[in-house]
Amino acid sequence: MSVLVYTESEQNKFKKAAFEVASYAKAVADQLGTTVTAVTINADDTSELGNYGVDKVLKVSNSNLENFNAKGYAAVLKQAAEAENAQVVIIGSSADSKYLAPLLAVGLNAGYASNVVASPSSTSPFTVKRSAFTNKAFEIAEIKSEVKLVGVSNNSFGLVENTGSAAAEDFSPAIPELGVTVASVDKATDKVTIADAEIVVSAGRGLKGPENWGMVEELADVLGAATACSKPVSDLGWRPHGEHVGQTGKPVATNLYIAIGISGAIQHLAGISASKVKVVVNTDPEAPFFKAADYGVVGDAFEVVPQLIEKLKTFKAQQ
Amino acid sequence: MNILVCISHVPDTTSKINFTDGDSKFDTNGVQFVINPNDEFGLTRAMWFKEKQGANVTVVNVGGAETEPTLRKALAIGADAAIRVNTPATDGFSVAKQLAKVVEDGGYDLIIAGRESIDYNGGMVPGMLAGLIDANFVNNCIALEVDGTSATATREIDGGKETVATALPLVVGGQKGLVEESDLKIPNMRGIMMARKKPLNVVEPVGTDAGTNSVSFEKPAPKGAVKLVSPDNLDELVNLLHNEAKVI
Repeated sequence: MSVLVYTESEQNKFKKAAFEVASYAKAVADQLGTTVTAVTINADDTSELGNYGVDKVLKVSNSNLENFNAKGYAAVLKQAAEAENAQVVIIGSSADSKYLAPLLAVGLNAGYASNVVASPSSTSPFTVKRSAFTNKAFEIAEIKSEVKLVGVSNNSFGLVENTGSAAAEDFSPAIPELGVTVASVDKATDKVTIADAEIVVSAGRGLKGPENWGMVEELADVLGAATACSKPVSDLGWRPHGEHVGQTGKPVATNLYIAIGISGAIQHLAGISASKVKVVVNTDPEAPFFKAADYGVVGDAFEVVPQLIEKLKTFKAQQ
Repeated sequence: MNILVCISHVPDTTSKINFTDGDSKFDTNGVQFVINPNDEFGLTRAMWFKEKQGANVTVVNVGGAETEPTLRKALAIGADAAIRVNTPATDGFSVAKQLAKVVEDGGYDLIIAGRESIDYNGGMVPGMLAGLIDANFVNNCIALEVDGTSATATREIDGGKETVATALPLVVGGQKGLVEESDLKIPNMRGIMMARKKPLNVVEPVGTDAGTNSVSFEKPAPKGAVKLVSPDNLDELVNLLHNEAKVI
């Protein structure tokens, strides 16, 4: 009957999002009067999960799952949910979790609500709030099936610390034929990704050319932030598609979003509107972004950004 | 190769989003509907397979008669035939079940859907379809090649990309990158004329249970006014972000 949660790890380290979904699962378990069981795949030390309300860990170690595989991971979670007789299964919003979730939903014949931004407003009927229309609205959705699958939006619930301890046991589910095999991975390991970032520094056509991105990257470095860009910038090939933020690109739900030289097209603003604090730097005080931002600087990015980098370096040095 | 492209009929990206009937229904008043952008990238890639590899391309939508102009547009872009499953698209799970029946009846070996629709953002139909028909599945697909029954696909991962080898039957959740924005086709007059003569078959739905149900909608709280900081006083910005917003 416990609430099952998939806590994602990478290279043996839990992602911050894993602690967030664990915190969320704990909140749901409290509502239902039950416990939290986490599933980990190829993570050695799972003790940290206890700090976020996990009571039990099913540890899966399998060399065939060294690379993420949606079908294989979904099969693991399905078997774990069945072993625990879980009625509610919680996952995150990483690219991988969103990839496996619909396969898991089919496996468990579970209704699936993605992009959920708050703990259930009711558990009977099971009702959650999720973002829809690319953050232009929220949908209140009821999950009607017996087993319920909830995908929690990054940075929407936050971390809630707990003083429990998680008892780990090995779990060895059957792995199906995977069907999809990884040939190569191209990933910058030294950079913060948009999905994991707490701060995103994003720039638009106001920067005039790809050669001017040095200061954007430097600002991101100072803040420990990920870099992103507007759609025109990715269409022009100044920056990779993976950095495109907005309705047809990536949604961003960070604590701080800094937009430099981005006017703020409706599709872009929708994509970033779930971010908590927004700062805009633009020469044009009429730019639509100023209506969506919390803090604004009307000024030339080429003057403002280098100064801001210096101020932040001084600030960081004092911390 | 027999390709099925799943087309969602969605409000244009510039639409103002409003609700009616006590905030329980999306207000379609004055809204322009389009092919879901993520699906359009897939449709355009399917056209490439048609031109270069002689693939047959069928488009499908689950929805009422009001979605037919969107299917006609897909035909005008170059699809050979269209299918409309005559039932409102409620939740993703029931849409996937309708599509599974279409795939079963039509014997498609490559199914391309958008990674998510830009209205409900469920992001579940392609994966559920793959699960239901037991096909291989690649989500967030940004490149796709097919050679015989083998396929190579690239998917966007957090912070990079990953190239995978797989085989047909295959479902992909496509997005920008599958083709470039500049490759998207605007239907020409000849395409529009030809589309009128192409088959658009209406099929009746199979009975399914929905997994979720939309209860109501809310709009985000209106935003307070922006606080402007002088470019000559950026210490103040740092101070506000630290002490007021508490984000640095």
